[in-house]
Amino acid sequence: MGEFKVHRVRFFDYMPSAIRTMAFNSQTERLAVARADGAVEIFNFNDNFFQEKVIPGQDGRAIEALCWVGHRLFSAGLNGEITEYDLENLRPQYTVDAYGGPIWTISSNSQGTQLAVGCEDGTVKIFAILEERIQFQRNLNRHKGRIISLCWHPSSAQIAAGMTDMITIYDAETGQATRRLLVDRAMGASKNKEVVVWSVGYLSDHTIISGDSAGKVQIWNGLTGTLVRTYLVTKWDVLSLIINASQDESSVIAGTSEGTVIQFQFISSTLDQHDKEWVRTRTFRNHSHDVSALAHTDTAVVSGGMDTQLVVRPLLDKVEKNTQESALRKIAFPHRSLVGCAKKAGLLLFQFPDRLELWKLGESEGHGEQHTHTHTLGEDHICCSALSACGGWLAYSTVSSVRLYRIQYNKTISINKVPKLPKELRSVHQLCFSSDSSKLFASSCQSSVIVVAVSQQECRYLHTLKHKTGEWKARMHLLCASDDGKWLATANTDCEIHIYNLHKMKLHCMVPVYNSCPTTIAIHPVTNNLISVHADQQIFEFSLVQKEYTQWSRRLQTQGLLSLWLERDTPITHITFNPKNPDHIILHDTYMFCIIDQSLPFPELNAVLWNQMTLKNLPVSQRIGQSHAFKICKIFQHLMCVSLLEDLSLVVVERPLLDIMSQLPAPVRQKKFAT
Amino acid sequence: MAALYEGYTLCGLVPDQNLSSSGIQGIEEERDRDHVVVTDSTRSVTLYKVSDQKPLGSWTVKQGQKLTCPAVFNSQTNEYVAVTDNKVIRIWKEDDILLDKAFKATVSSDVWKVHCTHGGEPVVLFQRGAVRLLDSLLAAPQQPIEEVLAQEETIRSMSLEKFYDDLILELYFSHFLYLQRLNPNSVQRYRLEREEPGLSPLSFSAIYKDKHICLLYLYPNGHMYQSVLSVRGLGTEEGVQALPLPRSLLLGLPVGDGQLEAASAMALDEAHVAVVGVPHPSAGGGKDFLCIWNTNFQTLQAGKEMAGKIYGQLWSYSNKVFIPHGKTLSIIPFECPKSSLASALGKLKHTKTEESKTPNSVPSWNNILHGEKAQPSKTAETRRTVSWRSVFANCEFIIVHTLIQKEVEGFLTRSEFQDLQPSVGQLALTLVSRSLADPAFYSSSTLAQLVHTRCLCHSVCPDLVLLALEKKDYFLCQLCLQFFPDIPEAVTCACLKAFISMPDVDAEKVSLEPNSVTFMENLITRDRAEAGLQNGFSPTSSVVNDRQTRAEDKKKASAPSQLICPVGLHKAVLINEILQTPYSDTFLLPHLKDLSSQNVMLFLQYLQFLYLKYSQDAFPQMEGFRSPSLSQIMDWVCLLLDAHFTVLVMTPEAKGLLLNLHSFVKSQVRLVSELGKIEGSLQQLHKMKAKESIGQYSIEIIELF
Repeated sequence: MGEFKVHRVRFFDYMPSAIRTMAFNSQTERLAVARADGAVEIFNFNDNFFQEKVIPGQDGRAIEALCWVGHRLFSAGLNGEITEYDLENLRPQYTVDAYGGPIWTISSNSQGTQLAVGCEDGTVKIFAILEERIQFQRNLNRHKGRIISLCWHPSSAQIAAGMTDMITIYDAETGQATRRLLVDRAMGASKNKEVVVWSVGYLSDHTIISGDSAGKVQIWNGLTGTLVRTYLVTKWDVLSLIINASQDESSVIAGTSEGTVIQFQFISSTLDQHDKEWVRTRTFRNHSHDVSALAHTDTAVVSGGMDTQLVVRPLLDKVEKNTQESALRKIAFPHRSLVGCAKKAGLLLFQFPDRLELWKLGESEGHGEQHTHTHTLGEDHICCSALSACGGWLAYSTVSSVRLYRIQYNKTISINKVPKLPKELRSVHQLCFSSDSSKLFASSCQSSVIVVAVSQQECRYLHTLKHKTGEWKARMHLLCASDDGKWLATANTDCEIHIYNLHKMKLHCMVPVYNSCPTTIAIHPVTNNLISVHADQQIFEFSLVQKEYTQWSRRLQTQGLLSLWLERDTPITHITFNPKNPDHIILHDTYMFCIIDQSLPFPELNAVLWNQMTLKNLPVSQRIGQSHAFKICKIFQHLMCVSLLEDLSLVVVERPLLDIMSQLPAPVRQKKFAT
Repeated sequence: MAALYEGYTLCGLVPDQNLSSSGIQGIEEERDRDHVVVTDSTRSVTLYKVSDQKPLGSWTVKQGQKLTCPAVFNSQTNEYVAVTDNKVIRIWKEDDILLDKAFKATVSSDVWKVHCTHGGEPVVLFQRGAVRLLDSLLAAPQQPIEEVLAQEETIRSMSLEKFYDDLILELYFSHFLYLQRLNPNSVQRYRLEREEPGLSPLSFSAIYKDKHICLLYLYPNGHMYQSVLSVRGLGTEEGVQALPLPRSLLLGLPVGDGQLEAASAMALDEAHVAVVGVPHPSAGGGKDFLCIWNTNFQTLQAGKEMAGKIYGQLWSYSNKVFIPHGKTLSIIPFECPKSSLASALGKLKHTKTEESKTPNSVPSWNNILHGEKAQPSKTAETRRTVSWRSVFANCEFIIVHTLIQKEVEGFLTRSEFQDLQPSVGQLALTLVSRSLADPAFYSSSTLAQLVHTRCLCHSVCPDLVLLALEKKDYFLCQLCLQFFPDIPEAVTCACLKAFISMPDVDAEKVSLEPNSVTFMENLITRDRAEAGLQNGFSPTSSVVNDRQTRAEDKKKASAPSQLICPVGLHKAVLINEILQTPYSDTFLLPHLKDLSSQNVMLFLQYLQFLYLKYSQDAFPQMEGFRSPSLSQIMDWVCLLLDAHFTVLVMTPEAKGLLLNLHSFVKSQVRLVSELGKIEGSLQQLHKMKAKESIGQYSIEIIELF
């Protein structure tokens, strides 16, 4: 296949934010994860754990708790506000101040009619959940000390609230505290330190389970207020605790500061006995830092914390062993591209939550020259950005506004903001320049695409592309324009892919809906075929002219992809093409990049997928017989972007996990023997 | 399981001069279960109340007359019936004081026996086989009596049972059996199958069930046969033609040397037989035993040695066996619960408790009369029976254990590995709980076998280790420590305490896993061998000798007596097992504090010994042996010191030990710090390499194929 010159870039200092809290919606199988920078991510557990939505954060918005009520998502944080999110347009819908100081916790009752929030001032406030908003109902009796954790009894008649040094049980009807459970402080030197009940769970049999800062998981009888059992699980804090409430409430997991997740199960301790008790069963050690967020799905334990990784650990008694389902998943990188690449100019654009960086790639061998430009922005975090292929334009968007910059590069770099953008460009989810840099496409609300003409002189609104007028649809998360400027492809989280004819400025066709969300799409510069890769790792090629899947795509579907390919656990986030060889499609995920050669046969089902080493050792004459369509290279790891420049050199942006780890604060000290 | 309880004496006997017969002709039940009529072989009939062991009345015939058949009680008329001088039937009531004044009738032929079922009418059996109801006989006493039997036959035994409204009478002879039905009269003759020539049955016994007669007979060679006869077809097949009697061998009793002479078997119920005069299988040749056998499982259920001669006579009424032996007639209560496989295997519970209760319910006459004085004479006897009982119990449990073991083996070979785990757990749990309830049940080998499957763990069966410990079954303890991944620290510590404080003498008796023993043997003896080699090398030159001794002195000075293992071989093996069990130091520490300071000293000395052995650079790593690692030893030393430091500092004997340990720790610290240095420099190397290869930005060439 040949040699490639590779720009190996490791200067993208991408630093994911720590996971603060998470909430799992067992009806829709969606997991909402809140990060320390205020961003909320939605993962679809039905679709290969694909990160389908990201609501960008905001400075000063520290989310402490998340709560699903049906399809609605609420958060509360230390700014004292309760926020409901617009999950279609990916922004906060409204915020309500609770007037109780910082909010530590939020919890809804099982009917989804009331929200309880625990405030710094010691009140538990009840809000009624109405159609479009929430409304303050009343306070429960106030106590001295902050409310750290809350849990409704499944009957919605009681609320257990974790505070410092105690747990209070409230009658939800009267608002009176009916019982107080005093929590012991830690033994020894820290006896004077008050103990914080970080997390509390309330089971339908009135068992209360608490996790506290003294490292204890305690099981209480909520009816009598007596302590049933204490498990000292760590020397540090038990930060999070969650019950598998959607199931039979027979399992509880607790996350500690040491990075362990400990499972407790309600089982009989010996065979033959029928009286069950809570028994500490499993310990998972997948984190190096605090585990501050936990979710318990039917089959897996999901944990996240300071070390920024989301870990899905299947419970091996619930899933079939030695399948893809039983594999441990660590989600460390976002499932979208944060890197823009100007192929003609050799520029790289790195998107951070609060700033953009523009780099110029070096041209000579060895150490390349780098020009950087860092732009710091306002309060809202960036949700998307784009760099034109010529390197002359840069656009980015926050939740509320879009900005466009003109870049001029001669010896020094100059970046000028384009004033007076058309007013249609206000809230967009995705930006994309046409290949000749004359147009900017922006996916906007109501699943429309706004087309703006960009030129030296002015910036002019051209058209709004809509596939069906008036119909409320999911937002577009992927945009892609063809090289010849005729086609625009859009994909939304409902798995639909639409093709627009830009000459006629109207919908051309719709690709048959596949049941997995597309993770990236691209239009082939020569054949004008649309390549789409989906969360379940399937690859399709759709001919825009014939409006049907191509022969190649059909052959691929008939023969099937190798299981090694299907079992990869990171999605393909970017596709580029080789301008010199139209048969080559270059795509990458986090751990490899792959050049698919459409002229070569697919690998047999029993063939070796990673065959580069075998090919290397074969004489040239035999290579043809052995090679197949998938050329996979795993030299580069933790890839953020792989792109092919116009001069046919590859750009590989790496962000080694070790570098991320090394920037984390030091973990809690763990005593190793004889240290 | 059937059991024989403590017996008591009903009355004394006046046996014959030559002890050939007991002097008792028969014992019959009187009006209720608590009264019996005892007829002696000469002249008197005595009525006893059994629970009081007290005679209530006695009747004697005149001198010169002789009772020729046991007196029976007719419960319909409340009269006693007996026969004197073969032909005179006497009938009297309890109020009658003198027999001579009572009613008598002389019949024309010799009477063999009068028989009376409880609540039934007495039946008179003549010696030549004819049968009459007593009433009809008395109506015309001189009526002619026909001869039923052939000339050469004589009656050996008879029994009578009311079957529906028919009375059925069986007569037994040497080789024939007559089954006679009264009312209407009919006779069926059966021929017994021949046993070895010259042998005729010693005793007969019959029980009735489901319209069948189940007949037991015992031969002098110890064979007990069972024949089942149907009563149904009896009336039709009348004739003198002798039918062969089908039989099945029920038990082959051990006879010891020679043949049985005075023995008797009696069916107690469908499954149990009382046998007297047969030697006990595990007690040599003496025949003075009363045993209960289970015929279904052919197991010995209970046994009792009787003092004095046994006459081969045996009666049983209402769960009591009446047995004349020596010069007494003893009553032995027994119990035969419904037999089942479980009880035969010893799996049924609460047998023991009942056993201990029953003797108390029978007041000992002696005790009441003489208080404690009579005790000494009795204790000897009771101790004997007790010891026998334990012997029986033992052999019974041997049977049970072999059975269980067989079952378990079969079970293990049958089951698939994956579903073995829950069932093995279940099995072990049952065995352990059973052993806890019934200490004699404990079966080490079976449990060891289960532990060996590696399907068990402590949490499945939490009592197992402690049970093994309690039973001093150190082999099982060792296996558990080896195979259980989850023994709690408290239990580990309990094991440790038991192992350390166990005397060495006891420890050496324990059989342990050979692999670990070999390891320890090697460890201990290698040293000796080395020393032997040194001594064996005898240099001739005095200079060399001198140098040698100096070197030895030096060695002694540097490594003093620690190289002698402070504990015995087997003890060391067990402690090694402890050292290798997984633990968590936080949980172990509080339990370690319970150890006494002597134990701690000993343990530390042993650990020191191990450490020294290990740290000798010549020590070869013994591949394939389970042995504690050096770090495990060090960890334990640290833990022990942590737990007992203050105590050890205060103990003067520990001073030297502590100093030694201090030096070990010092050397370890030095080692670790050296390793740290190496690690540091290696890491540096690693870093340098990484920096060299990839910087923040580089341009590389790759080739794809």
